[in-house]
Amino acid sequence: MSFLRLYFRSPPAIIGLALLLLVLAMAVSADWFYPRDPLALAGRPLIWPFANPRYLLGTDNSGRDIAAQIFHGARISLLIGLVATIISVMIGITIGAVAGYYGDWVDTVLMRVTEAFQTLPNFILLLVLVAVFGSTITTVTVAIGIVSWPASARLTRAEFLSLRNREFVQAGRTLGLRDLKLIFGEILPNALPPVIVYASVVMAIAILLESALAFLKLSDPNVASWGNLIGAGRDVLRVQWYVSAIPGVAILVTVLAVSLVGQGLNDALNPRLKGR
Amino acid sequence: MRILTLAGRRLAASIPTLVLILIGVFVLLQFAPGDTVDALMAQMGGGDATTAKQLREYYGLDVSAWAQLGNYLWRLVRLDLGFSAIYGKPVATVIAERLPATILLMTASLSLAFFFGLIFGVIAARGVNRWPDTLISTLGLVFYAMPTFWFGLMAIVVFSIYLQWLPAGGFEDITVGLTGLARTLDIARHLVLPTLTLGLFYMAIYLRIMRGSMLEVLTLDFVRTARAKGMDETRVVVRHVLRNALLPMVTLIGLQAGTMLGGSVVVESVFSLPGLGRLAYESVIQRDLNTLLGIVFVSALLVIVVNFIVDLLYARLDPRITTGG
Repeated sequence: MSFLRLYFRSPPAIIGLALLLLVLAMAVSADWFYPRDPLALAGRPLIWPFANPRYLLGTDNSGRDIAAQIFHGARISLLIGLVATIISVMIGITIGAVAGYYGDWVDTVLMRVTEAFQTLPNFILLLVLVAVFGSTITTVTVAIGIVSWPASARLTRAEFLSLRNREFVQAGRTLGLRDLKLIFGEILPNALPPVIVYASVVMAIAILLESALAFLKLSDPNVASWGNLIGAGRDVLRVQWYVSAIPGVAILVTVLAVSLVGQGLNDALNPRLKGR
Repeated sequence: MRILTLAGRRLAASIPTLVLILIGVFVLLQFAPGDTVDALMAQMGGGDATTAKQLREYYGLDVSAWAQLGNYLWRLVRLDLGFSAIYGKPVATVIAERLPATILLMTASLSLAFFFGLIFGVIAARGVNRWPDTLISTLGLVFYAMPTFWFGLMAIVVFSIYLQWLPAGGFEDITVGLTGLARTLDIARHLVLPTLTLGLFYMAIYLRIMRGSMLEVLTLDFVRTARAKGMDETRVVVRHVLRNALLPMVTLIGLQAGTMLGGSVVVESVFSLPGLGRLAYESVIQRDLNTLLGIVFVSALLVIVVNFIVDLLYARLDPRITTGG
């Protein structure tokens, strides 16, 4: 309970949560407000926002309803962000836990691999992955997860290094617990909080990475993604700049919400660090 | 001298990493649908099987994947990145042509991010939890959450289309044929918007780190001592706090070098700059895998070099590091 009280003491955290709930509400209600395919032809192309009450945010260069794409795009962005984050954190936790627990040559090898992933610019690796495996929504999501795990691996490893010789672990070992049980049952729950907080950063980056890929027309063209819409709007930027501007605001709000919630969680978990 | 030895050892330790990256990406590219010859044939408008076979022999694609990898690594040792079938030039030449624009963009953005991140971080930390801090921190959050390519597009709308102050894209004005100082100024004008676009995101990160680092250092004992001996606040900050608070900022340069290179892919596409990032994008689209592998090699190398420089800077800022402490 005190955790919740700590969280709600900070105004930015409340704003973040409110924004996140708003985006979530858009994602949930998309089918209700806009039951039709958001990528289907809706009306005349390039109607300005607020010019026609039927298309509140106007239409894009091929006559698709922008508002519908924004609502359905919330779904795609949150879904890709969430799934990619889960994949990334799972890989990171496994590698970091094994490296930190066993140490020695296992640690050396795994950290070399982590270093390799950190040395190679992640967006370039993402381009390679998309070039090789194609750009359906599944491959893009998995690819984003694959390029963004090193930081959580390092974080988990650091936690494991400091925890692995604590008394409760030694007690578990004396009781004859197997390594797997010790790693995931005993140490991991204690190592998890900083990683969970960091997951919000991963999610923010994942959403930005997907939108950048979509903007470059390398993401799935068959889903209503905000990045796709910005890319489409680029062709009519000179006059109808709103086609690109509106989805950009949506991305901005979502990433801002995720970051603020992450920071709020961090402050609530580490009250001593507040104000930093 | 000891600094050099230490940094040199770090440099040597990064060679296995580099080899690991190359092998990894090479193996990955084996899964790619279609090879360079397929792309080339498509560009030529098709051809028969014998031509394809001859071309594969010519590019050394007729042997097993492992032999190809061996050949590739052996050629790399001799600094030969292979031949780009799409551009009809050696990959090294193609990359060398594109590298200056990227390095210029990255240096400019990094300087912008570092310099203003530092200043705003200090201002925010000095007025912590008062309005300058709130304003700067909020702006930082917004810049952090903004997709860079979107900011670039909006900057084009405002500064190039409506105000017509700055060019919307390109590296220089090739229609006029400027030379010397005029050409430098022209390139600088073309780079203003790309630099802002790439730099503001990193400035947001730097200012946050700088602010936190300043607040941390300001609580340390030596700062109290400096204040107690009657030093005025500006001198305390400039002479004592800044140098110590800079360490995390310098670390960040090394950590961010890779992501910045990735970010330049997007920014170079927005502003149609002839840089490495755009080359990466084009070689993905055109399935020019040789060039793509070359870019992977060069960008990893670039990150390693930046980290080498950061190591040197680090030792310069904190003498304890060289003595092994």
